[in-house]
Amino acid sequence: MDHFRRANRALIVASVAAMSLPMAIPASAQETFKLGIVTFLSGPAADSFGVPARNGAQFVIDQLNKGSVPSPYEKVGFGGMKVEPVIIDENGGATKQVQELRNLYQRDNVDVVLGYISSGDCLAVAPIAEELKKMLVLMDCGTPRIFEEAKYNYVFRTAAHATMDNVGLVRYMKAKNIKMDTLSAINQDYAWGQDSRADFVAAAQQLYPNVKVQTDLLPKFGAGQYGTEISALVGAGSDVVYSSLWGGDLQAFVLQSAPRGLPKRSQLVFSAADHVLPPLGDKMPDGTIIGARGSYGLMSQKSPLNDWLFRGYEAANGVYPVQAAYRITQSILGLKAAVEKAMSKNGGKKPSTDEMVAAMTGLEWLSPGGLIQMKLADGHQAIQPIAFSRTKYNPDLKRVDLIDIQYFAAECVNPPPGVKSIEWIKGGMQGAKCN
Amino acid sequence: MNFFLTIVLDGLIQASWLFIVALGLTLVFGVLKILNIAHGSFYALGAYIAATVVTMVAARSLPPSVGFVAMLLSVALIASAVGLLLERGLLKMFYGRDEVVLLLVTYAVFLILEDVTKLIWGVNPIYATQPYELFGNIEFAGLYYVGYDLVLIPISALIGFAIWFGLNRTVIGKIVLAVIHNEEMSVSMGVRVNRVYAVAFAFGVLLAALAGALTAPKISMQPGLSSDVIILSFAIVVIGGLGSVEGAAVGAILVGLARAASVHLMPQAELFMIYLIMAAVLMFRPEGLFKRETARRI
Repeated sequence: MDHFRRANRALIVASVAAMSLPMAIPASAQETFKLGIVTFLSGPAADSFGVPARNGAQFVIDQLNKGSVPSPYEKVGFGGMKVEPVIIDENGGATKQVQELRNLYQRDNVDVVLGYISSGDCLAVAPIAEELKKMLVLMDCGTPRIFEEAKYNYVFRTAAHATMDNVGLVRYMKAKNIKMDTLSAINQDYAWGQDSRADFVAAAQQLYPNVKVQTDLLPKFGAGQYGTEISALVGAGSDVVYSSLWGGDLQAFVLQSAPRGLPKRSQLVFSAADHVLPPLGDKMPDGTIIGARGSYGLMSQKSPLNDWLFRGYEAANGVYPVQAAYRITQSILGLKAAVEKAMSKNGGKKPSTDEMVAAMTGLEWLSPGGLIQMKLADGHQAIQPIAFSRTKYNPDLKRVDLIDIQYFAAECVNPPPGVKSIEWIKGGMQGAKCN
Repeated sequence: MNFFLTIVLDGLIQASWLFIVALGLTLVFGVLKILNIAHGSFYALGAYIAATVVTMVAARSLPPSVGFVAMLLSVALIASAVGLLLERGLLKMFYGRDEVVLLLVTYAVFLILEDVTKLIWGVNPIYATQPYELFGNIEFAGLYYVGYDLVLIPISALIGFAIWFGLNRTVIGKIVLAVIHNEEMSVSMGVRVNRVYAVAFAFGVLLAALAGALTAPKISMQPGLSSDVIILSFAIVVIGGLGSVEGAAVGAILVGLARAASVHLMPQAELFMIYLIMAAVLMFRPEGLFKRETARRI
């Protein structure tokens, strides 16, 4: 009888132990990683950036949860945990975004919030994440001010800031022997337009010391009609017309300026125009120099990761991916790398916020757009390579092809650690590694 | 000289479509005494309808001239129907109430129409440029201008003249003027004021939508289109005097020229210049440049 009792007890203990086994396996398949994603689902930035970013996130998360992403990201989800996205609309202004961020952390209990396209929103939400001691991954916004004017422990930006776009653009023009004795500019009258203009003019003055700025226009965001501005630009007849316009504003500007001969009189250079190539098609003048805020889309370099994103996204959405889809992909893959790095150190458990923050700091990872390195702002701000090219309409494929593509290394177009961007440019871009 | 001519021409191009929008706004205020906040939404509605029609015509490989005529006709038809429907179905119920109530009702219509356009046409920028190439390019003052932009100037002048002629030289126009000047007396003389209200409001909507249709081929339509237009239109009618056709014309030309001059000479002051003129007019002629002062009835 005792023997039976002992055997029974042993069986119960063994059963309990067996039942508790899955709980002892760290970060089991039952566990999920709740990821808050914030991007424009409505408003003027939705079409150009927000919706492509949302589509990119959905594609990548779906692929991660199926374990279909190429090496080194073949592991399901984040370290075996399925990713559960909670997607929020970024439209509505900074005040609304601050409340939405609190809701994501405190009501929806997300593990990490990832996203934000608007510089204004990024500047507003970063201090909130810091106050709540929650991890925030900014995926796109351009302003260098986020880490140059403040210091954060829980906030990261997984894409290079806007300085890269303008320094790279001027370097490309110099490499292609573009004449620029005179320069005119048209940029939107808000943070992105003004910061981009300042960076481009400063970089131009370094590499083209004799350049003279002629017409310098700052129409309001969403102006839509540029007849008078185009008269001023055509009248100035500068060698180069620079613009950081984007979305509907850029489309309207191109549509209105082409028939008035602006592209024939001046070399057009657009710092972030890849996203308007599919809608504009043959309306985009041949020979326009454009950037994509990275080595993205038609300017991306061949790799298994890039082929996976380009073809998979195109098949899912009927259009090839542009900058926003690439930027959110590199952000999610970076977070996955950080989570799995933290898990490798804690025995495979779901990592705490502090463990993820430690793993993300100074991290390097491969993305479809190239190697991303968290080298600035004490390991919280990424640098990355970038490409520029010229447009050429392809009537057979009925799309704009990109030719004369040139790539620039991350350390050639981004400032070194500890230096403010504009000071680095004005100081002659010392320490840039371009070879 | 060429520089001066460029500013004048740019100003007139800008003024041409703004005048048509402001004309509708001032007409509705003159007759119904409603400051129609939703007026910009009718402009956006016209632009979106025009883009849809032009795209449909282009898809059938018909020439751009067909698209141009089709867009104007469809917009005229739909806008008139929408105008009549709104006036008869909604605004009529609030006549006699405080002016603020009517202001709030039109604000509600503005919000509803904003969402309706998003529901129908989405949030992505859309454009339909085929008619923009209809009149070729013309060289003037050393610059190339798109013929379509220049054609807008005589079109708006023609519309302005037609409205002025209709109001001042026809029986129907005289009836409308009678309602504008004294509604009670008009009623006592047998004028069906409600009918005048309906027609005037529908006509105001039609003018706003027509301006939207005429500008559609050269812009990219996206959410937010209406609010920009309504702000400029208000500035124009305040400068010219609420309810005055001549005032709308002069206000539009002043705003167009001020904007063109500041873009060419002092780009930083572009918006400021428009409001500077408005402030100056309000300071010296609070009733606007062309509105006649009226004695208060006791």
